[in-house]
Amino acid sequence: MTTEQLQTTPEVGGMGHSVKRKEDPRFIRGKGEYIEDFVLPGMLWLDIVRSPYAHATIKSIDASEALKVPGVLAVVTGKDLEQYKLHWMPTLAGDMQMVLPTDTVLYQAQEVAAVIATDRYAAADGVAAVLVDYEPLQVLVDPFKALEEGAPVLRPDRGEDKQTNRIWHWESGDKDAADAALAGAEVTVAEDIYIPRIHVASIETCGCVADWDPVREQLTLHITSQAPHAIRTVLALVAAGAGLPISEQNIRVKTHDIGGGFGGKVPVYPGYVLAVAASFLIGKPVKWIEDRSENLQADSFARDYHIHAELGATKDGKITGLKVRTIADHGYSDAAADPSKFPAGLFNVITGSYDFPNAFVEVDGVYTNKPPGGVAYRCSFRVTEAVHAIERMVDILAHDIGADPAELRMQNFIQPEQFPYKTPTGWEYDSGNYPAALRKAMELIDYAGLRREQADKRERGELMGIGISSFTEIVGAGPSHDFDILGLKMFDSCEIRVHPTGKVLARIGVQSQGQGHETTFAQIIAEELGFPVKDIKIEYGDTDTAPYGLGTYASRSTPVAGAATAIASRKIRDKARKLAAHLLEANEDDLEWTNGKFSVKGSPDRFKTIQEIAFAAYTNHPQGMEAGLEAVDYYDPPNLTFPFGSYICVVDIDKGTGEVKIRRFVAVDDCGNIINPMIVDGQLHGGLTMGLAPALYEQITYDELGNNLAGTFMDYLLPTAVETPAWELEKTITPSPHHPIGAKGVGESATVGAPPAIANAVVDALWHLGVRNIDIPITPPKVWAILHEKGLA
Amino acid sequence: MTTQHVTVTVNGETREADVEPRLLLVHLLRDVFGLTGTHVGCDTSNCGACTVHVDGRSAKSCTMLAVQADGTEIRTIEGMASGAELHPLQQAFWDQHGLQCGFCTPGMIMQAAWLLEQNGEPTEAEIREGIAGNLCRCTGYVNIVKAIQQAAGQLAAADSAPVVAAETTEGVAS
Repeated sequence: MTTEQLQTTPEVGGMGHSVKRKEDPRFIRGKGEYIEDFVLPGMLWLDIVRSPYAHATIKSIDASEALKVPGVLAVVTGKDLEQYKLHWMPTLAGDMQMVLPTDTVLYQAQEVAAVIATDRYAAADGVAAVLVDYEPLQVLVDPFKALEEGAPVLRPDRGEDKQTNRIWHWESGDKDAADAALAGAEVTVAEDIYIPRIHVASIETCGCVADWDPVREQLTLHITSQAPHAIRTVLALVAAGAGLPISEQNIRVKTHDIGGGFGGKVPVYPGYVLAVAASFLIGKPVKWIEDRSENLQADSFARDYHIHAELGATKDGKITGLKVRTIADHGYSDAAADPSKFPAGLFNVITGSYDFPNAFVEVDGVYTNKPPGGVAYRCSFRVTEAVHAIERMVDILAHDIGADPAELRMQNFIQPEQFPYKTPTGWEYDSGNYPAALRKAMELIDYAGLRREQADKRERGELMGIGISSFTEIVGAGPSHDFDILGLKMFDSCEIRVHPTGKVLARIGVQSQGQGHETTFAQIIAEELGFPVKDIKIEYGDTDTAPYGLGTYASRSTPVAGAATAIASRKIRDKARKLAAHLLEANEDDLEWTNGKFSVKGSPDRFKTIQEIAFAAYTNHPQGMEAGLEAVDYYDPPNLTFPFGSYICVVDIDKGTGEVKIRRFVAVDDCGNIINPMIVDGQLHGGLTMGLAPALYEQITYDELGNNLAGTFMDYLLPTAVETPAWELEKTITPSPHHPIGAKGVGESATVGAPPAIANAVVDALWHLGVRNIDIPITPPKVWAILHEKGLA
Repeated sequence: MTTQHVTVTVNGETREADVEPRLLLVHLLRDVFGLTGTHVGCDTSNCGACTVHVDGRSAKSCTMLAVQADGTEIRTIEGMASGAELHPLQQAFWDQHGLQCGFCTPGMIMQAAWLLEQNGEPTEAEIREGIAGNLCRCTGYVNIVKAIQQAAGQLAAADSAPVVAAETTEGVAS
């Protein structure tokens, strides 16, 4: 939004203003309240005994020595929980996951027993003193081997017709049409692309304080959750199933400040359930805070997709069809946080930014002896995997036929006039202008100049590459006809109360993990109603007070709850119009709304400000009208939103070490209308860095025995300020036609779009050596090995 | 378990406690003294969320025992502002949107403060090197670097002139 288009003054701070964040004063003073900061009188600590084996039978658990440790009060095992039927729990994907095992562990670091003690040190001493006797079993690390005949079935607990490690098979698109398109294509390219297992590793780990009050039969769960209402309902259902006297009106789930989420704080982890169970059994508050190694080794992972893609085209580069076959390694349980109709998430958005008629996608979910999961890593349900595959394939096609990768993209883009555009796998893209974004990125980085420089450098034997990614995101889940999690429809909500003195309290069904909702949602209300941002308080994360919502992940806050906030504001404005008509003794139709006031058309001096109207709502409302000025909206989006962008990355490769150095990275993003440009840029900076991370650094690897080889920050490399380049940002603005404020969401675009730009740049630098693909993370040893093989290092 | 008596000065105030010899300094600050602004993000000294100043030097308080800090002067994030007046780094992090979830922020500000005490006019590369022991997952470091540059400028100006009010973000961010 340009300055000329701003509808409000900086003092009001509506859409388009870079309002400084309202939440920051507490954080910069060290006065945030994260879960570990939260203390209750008499609170106990819970720590967890974890399995050293990836697959083993538990022969016995001896807690006698642990119970002698000073301060240790109890040790809980799976057998204890079994009495209450609490040893298994449902996952968000509808599978089952162990809270504690009764007989078998299925991954290294799996929870085996819980120790409850008076403080964290005593609890850790207790954990060390629990003796567990294991009988190791054959370990399945490779999902392809897990599908082989004769492989041990990891989940015999499933039904008789499901005695296989294949969890599900999912497909999308027209197989026959895609087969025919590939068979008839003048050019085909095929590639295996692995998107490795990674971990969100928010700097705050997960934790909770469970507080069961046996007198009031009230459970309060203070928790690091991106979806507190969903947690409340899951707890109520689990408690009902176990016959426990905990019902939903007496369950209060409350988040505090959350130190980053990125998808990792969506699931229900066994530690939460154990804390609830321990508080219920002992009758005191119980705190569980995982440490970093538990976080990396046991919490839900992301990605782990083995993709085989085939792309067909004419010999001059027009894409005609795509086929994709994928093996998805889910670990021992499908604990993905995907909407229930989409076991592979929105992976079938894999046709990307390109206009071609035929596509077929199939995915098999597979059990292995690894931690459960399949959550997003700052991405909307498997979109990153899809974007990586199509953007790699398009680049390979361009190189194969000797076309420029930018020109090939331009040739195949869905054109602006084709929107709304129906994809061959069934999505309807709302709006876009892909050529404009790519052109802008090419101008900013001087694409033609870089290609000339690259040619010169190649002559001299220097390795320089240019990579493009022109991605389409799919966010804002989602319309109730298709989107639910455990049956809960994925609407979202906002409730606004205007106080008599013209101040506002608004509560939203989504949750902030750092996004800045206390500022941006206030800006939406400021835009719609004219109250200054400083007079608007935004609350979330307390299920006793906030309206029901499905939480914050998959870039859904602005698309769904942001829309609810705009609509609720408009409901208030509708009532304010009636009040203004009463106060001005005018006909409603004769009033016009500008800059936070209703004035009589043609008589601009006759007006009432929204503050005056708010006062009248409590002091002078007309007969027959309800007092007060409040509204609530539950917004069911008509469609998803489709942010997009074009990224160009320039890399130089050190032939001596294999190190990839990002020289420049230009990101042109289009997220529709912008609420707060400063916050949008901050989201892009962070998203780009979480795109860089898996492209060059991060991977959770396992040895053949299922030992996690990246279980601490010593081995799992998050980018520091030194590795992270100075990102260059630009925008185009194509509003969403169906969203009330034309916004699309931005939190994850950059994480989705960045990795293929980097990978494409590296392959571009090495293509002339015969390199077609390098799986991420593209580490110096991988590149050095290639250079060495080619006789260059 | 035997305990040892520890006396430290925290943010100018003398504090004492009887602690187990194995108690980490960060737990002394957080659990015993209630100063929860200092955070724990890893167990391996990589993330820097626990950064404080011990006798004027930056230290990762998760990798130091409370008994090792006996007799020292400690400064934490809670000691950075003077009443209502923010430290120039706190103001700069706010102005430049140098934080999102806020979890790494206290450690990042303490490390930046120590960096600027060592080098009042750092280059961008020196700032990036200087905070390489502090991980941030939200910001991509871009605005953290800008915030440290703003504070460096203000602290340098304060040496020769009265502190000027910080520029607001409105109109600055593009």
